Amino acid sequence: MKRYGSVTAVDGLDLKVRRGECFGLLGPNGAGKTTTIEILEGLLHADEGDVQVLGLRWGTDAAALRPRLGIQLQETQLADKLTVAETLRLFRSFYPSGPTVGELLDIVELAPKRDAWVSKLSGGQKQRLSVACALAGRPDLLFLDEPTTGLDPQSRRQLWEVLERFREAGGTILITTHYMDEAHELCDRVGIMDQGKLIALGTPRELVASLGAEHVVEFALEAGADIEIPLLAALPGVRDVRRDAAHLHLSTSELHLTVPALLDLLSRQQATLSQLGTHSATLEDVFVTLTGRQLRDE
Amino acid sequence: MNRGGARHPLIELTLSRFREFLREPEAVFWVFAFPVIMTCALGIAFRSRGAEPVIAGVVAQAGADEITAALEQAGGFTVRRIPPDEVERAVRDGRAPVVVVPGSPPTYRFDQARAESQVARLAVDAALQRAAGRADAFAPVEAPVQNVGSRYIDWLVPGLLGMNIMSTGLWGVGFSIVQSRTKKLLKRLVATPMSKAHYLMSHVFSRLLFLALEVLVIVGFARLFFDVRVHGSVAALAGLALLGALCFGGLGLLLASRARTIEAVSGLMNLVMLPMWVLSGVFFAATNFPDAMQPFIRVLPLTALNDAMRAIVNEGQGISTVRPEIAILATWGLVSFVLSLKLFRWQ
Repeated sequence: MKRYGSVTAVDGLDLKVRRGECFGLLGPNGAGKTTTIEILEGLLHADEGDVQVLGLRWGTDAAALRPRLGIQLQETQLADKLTVAETLRLFRSFYPSGPTVGELLDIVELAPKRDAWVSKLSGGQKQRLSVACALAGRPDLLFLDEPTTGLDPQSRRQLWEVLERFREAGGTILITTHYMDEAHELCDRVGIMDQGKLIALGTPRELVASLGAEHVVEFALEAGADIEIPLLAALPGVRDVRRDAAHLHLSTSELHLTVPALLDLLSRQQATLSQLGTHSATLEDVFVTLTGRQLRDE
Repeated sequence: MNRGGARHPLIELTLSRFREFLREPEAVFWVFAFPVIMTCALGIAFRSRGAEPVIAGVVAQAGADEITAALEQAGGFTVRRIPPDEVERAVRDGRAPVVVVPGSPPTYRFDQARAESQVARLAVDAALQRAAGRADAFAPVEAPVQNVGSRYIDWLVPGLLGMNIMSTGLWGVGFSIVQSRTKKLLKRLVATPMSKAHYLMSHVFSRLLFLALEVLVIVGFARLFFDVRVHGSVAALAGLALLGALCFGGLGLLLASRARTIEAVSGLMNLVMLPMWVLSGVFFAATNFPDAMQPFIRVLPLTALNDAMRAIVNEGQGISTVRPEIAILATWGLVSFVLSLKLFRWQ
């Protein structure tokens, strides 16, 4: 547990990450993901509770623990006027063993940029450098705090590949993110956090299956038209109905029955559609179903 | 130990600091070019001019020609005609430190508060009295003494060196630490097995590398262009500069140990440096301040550094005569380093 004044940032989190897995902490901004990961990294102290990392405790085993962890922080800006290779050499010098600077450059595919100043790198390259710094001591456990926030899709994919390779080599990853697809793609297991609490835990597949509905129908009506929620909830296959500012969302296990019935209902009610779409249920829908809110306020 | 092509962390940290500094053109300017320009400007403004003619003003009215003739005949005067309505202004703005109003007897207009004005009045008076027939009681033998190291520039250079060691020590250490803190780089470094003492030491060590360059540039420049000589031992000067740099580096650490923003640390540094620029005898002697203030001024680190450097550079003293100053510097340095280790905010 971690409190800041009267605000409890992380409240009674009970979580076990298995060796060799990639575990994702998922949640909106302010859910307590960063606080949780920084407690695990030994940068913050929990006000209550017991934290063990690799079977060790920060209070007594910090010196043994530090060299075995790789850490990437959310807001770190590396020194602008050092080159990529100089930055890696600096970080490498802190660890008793690990890859050479050349190997690190290859791992994150930055070898062509080895003599470029950090200030000249793109956002994606900076993040890969940051991950390379985290890998400098060949860690057993890698902590990543929103490593792909703000990156374009291609840069994100490149970073994911680096992480996949780390895991294939036997490493354990704990990553925080608010991207569903990232959690889906990378993580063996996901914990969903909201307001300092863990509200769901499982593999991405399990969590989506827990909705009992594999599909989501989203639609909007022409201005002036309206329809009563109980009527929608009674449609075949529908498990859940939710309304937000612009859209109505139906979670359904049987899309092929729900859609014709919906269209039929709307024509009987003389409500005209302005929009209609469907998608497979995602972790986002899990979060929305559990909290009634969107993961990202977009 | 296998470091994968990297050197000892203390060396890598120090090198990183050194590189970052050299790649920052503004920093290089303030550390190297600024003191050289300063030495140059002050050296030219206060150069010793040997026996310069005394400037005397004569009010342009009846009788002016006779007085001008008398002064020119006596020699050693540059005579300027001053319009009657500009006399006071001419004295005030230094165009003529003394102005003679012709008459019987003539009137001398001068500024009692300025030494230059008083000297000019005495010279003019002697010349005019002699021209009017006063005889000298005797003719003295004149034997001028040429003192080494007694010019203003000789006195100024050690002070500038001290000031430079202070400001680069404080800025160099304080600025980069606070910058690393605001960019969360400090937090990132603490998340590695890096030794915190290594980190703090690297800042002080990289200062020492620059220090060697700084001292060489300033002392070399002063020697080449103004013939300022180091009369004491160069080793003593180097040792003193080193101690000064450690002292102000420690002070820089202390000022930066809790500041969260560049603005906060800038304010703190100015608060610390400004009084010393004025009080510690950089541009004029600290002894100009009242006796009551002297005990306070004496224990300031810059006063100690400047006094000790002047003793070595100008007076050719040995290191043993500046023991009290060394003790003051060492105390300041040690206390600030220990305090900053305790107070330092890593994230």
